[in-house]
Amino acid sequence: MGIEHVSGKNKGKVMLFALSTCGWCNKTKELLRELGIGFDYTYVDLLEGKEQDEAMNTVERFNSSGSFPTLVIDNKKSIVGFKEQEIREAFR
Amino acid sequence: MALIEIRPEDVVSLYHFLEKEAKDGGYQLNPDAEFTKNLVAGLMKNEQRYGYRACPCRLASGKKELDLDLICPCDYRDPDLDDFGACYCALYVSDDIAKGRKTPAPVPERRLPRSERGKTIVTHTIPLSSSPVPTLPFPVWRCKVCGYLCARDQPPGICPICKVTRDRFERFM
Repeated sequence: MGIEHVSGKNKGKVMLFALSTCGWCNKTKELLRELGIGFDYTYVDLLEGKEQDEAMNTVERFNSSGSFPTLVIDNKKSIVGFKEQEIREAFR
Repeated sequence: MALIEIRPEDVVSLYHFLEKEAKDGGYQLNPDAEFTKNLVAGLMKNEQRYGYRACPCRLASGKKELDLDLICPCDYRDPDLDDFGACYCALYVSDDIAKGRKTPAPVPERRLPRSERGKTIVTHTIPLSSSPVPTLPFPVWRCKVCGYLCARDQPPGICPICKVTRDRFERFM
């Protein structure tokens, strides 16, 4: 799977499922950078076939609507959409 | 996947085209020009890779018949404008947001999840009349994007109101 890493403060395992064309995904990524959080991200639209299916299965496990951005923290908590306040609070 | 190059001048030209088209139809684009141009670039990228302008904030399947509802303007734009003041990706916004009196907030996904697609979603909130439908001399077609109705043998090639193509119409009566 095409996962990119952005280095920063260790706040657990932070994984952002995003689309390369999505404005809200981009804002979420920029916010994480601004907060200086270490995180991984993947652009699901750039994956193909089985890889994309597997990524979607993971997204749907945390967010049944399968929408983007889906931010998964420590494989437990998820934040769906660019919810700025909620994201800031999660990493306080 | 081949690298898709979108030229900035083409983005600006489509942006201005969409802005005018929106205004002519009584709609407004997001006043945050940089954000909006990025969405327009996303639409262009999707047009190149899928052959149609799928919503930049949704994952298209690449099969047009499965993605008709998310081709911009999507089937969910108008109800989302009514309920949240912006469409899902916030390309189109309400008057309040266009004039800077409010800012767009995340819009919950109205589109059904993968496992439930293909079902008809009812978006109206006004109770419907139960009076019987009269026999009509023509079938009535409804644009699923803007609700435009017309009575003729076939739906128009392009919706005269919101400019979507014939395949976005459904038989209404």
